Amino acid sequence: MIKRRPAVKYLLEDRPANLLAVSGLGSCTWDLTASGDDARNFCFIGAMGQAGPFALGLALAQPDKRVVLFTGDGEILMGLGALATIAMQAPANLAVLVMDNESYVETGGQPTATASGTDLEAVARGCGIATARTVTRDDELESLRDFMRSAPGPAFANVKVAAEALPLAFPHSFDGVTAINRFRGAATV
Amino acid sequence: MTTKPGSDWHRDIFDVLLAQDFSLVAHVPDAGHTPLIKLCEAHNGIDVVTLTTEEEGVGVVCGAWAGGRKGVLLMQSSGVGNCINAIALPIICRIPFLTIVSMRGEWGEFIPWQVPMGVGTPGVLEAMDVRVFRADRRDEVGATVDAAAKLAHNTRQAAAVLLSQKMIGAKQFKEG
Repeated sequence: MIKRRPAVKYLLEDRPANLLAVSGLGSCTWDLTASGDDARNFCFIGAMGQAGPFALGLALAQPDKRVVLFTGDGEILMGLGALATIAMQAPANLAVLVMDNESYVETGGQPTATASGTDLEAVARGCGIATARTVTRDDELESLRDFMRSAPGPAFANVKVAAEALPLAFPHSFDGVTAINRFRGAATV
Repeated sequence: MTTKPGSDWHRDIFDVLLAQDFSLVAHVPDAGHTPLIKLCEAHNGIDVVTLTTEEEGVGVVCGAWAGGRKGVLLMQSSGVGNCINAIALPIICRIPFLTIVSMRGEWGEFIPWQVPMGVGTPGVLEAMDVRVFRADRRDEVGATVDAAAKLAHNTRQAAAVLLSQKMIGAKQFKEG
């Protein structure tokens, strides 16, 4: 079973200069932060369901940057319609990675819909994102890294990860203004 | 303005958006916005993002701003309720956010189901710390959008322009 924290760190090692990362609230924000503080990261700590639309707007505004969204199954399930909106816009520079642990770990591990049959790759395909895959094994992470960085977007990967309650790693500021100002400065270079 | 303000109030909005360098329009369509959406679709410099639900537009507009572009969310008053928690994003990050809302349920409305959110819209927006502007006459639409957009972007606030149903004209439905 893939361990999410080392996986995210691996995926972002030696990242290209033009890679902007957005994380959905909860575990993905702690994972992204634990991979190393970077001004090119924007971490949601609330507004559940908004990370996908935010990443879409960012990708449309910065077509020469690669935008990678890391979010959870719970976060994306809150607004699955965003996948249809992303497919309709078809930004070539956007990759969506769902770290799917099939549960709401932060609130006690209640199962999400992916635990009982919801197939997010199929959802993405059904929404019109043809470049979609599911990753379940560590030996697929290398190809996932290439996919995340360079597959023609919109690209979608559902990454099945272990349900682990990991130590929280807080982003450099909980203040939204501080966070967005730093990110915008890096994103618009 | 290319013509007398109000003679084509959709175009007045369009002219303001262009003059202030808006280049992304996110919307859940509404008849009250249709002529403006058509103007935007016909313009090469504007990305038109059709949403499945209005709250996506909050994230899209905020993400676009993080990437250096100005966007606006067009929606009907019924969509405002869908946006409530999403508005936390522009509020807590002080991202300039502009939405233009076509009002239903307030003036000659035909459909009862439009009334609750029509009545609730100003209060919901104010409760979420959004600055609320209102245009009741066609000749003030352009100036109102201009003022709201400037306030949003100059002072990094969330602003909404409510286009009154009295001004837009209430749609009457006929069976058959």
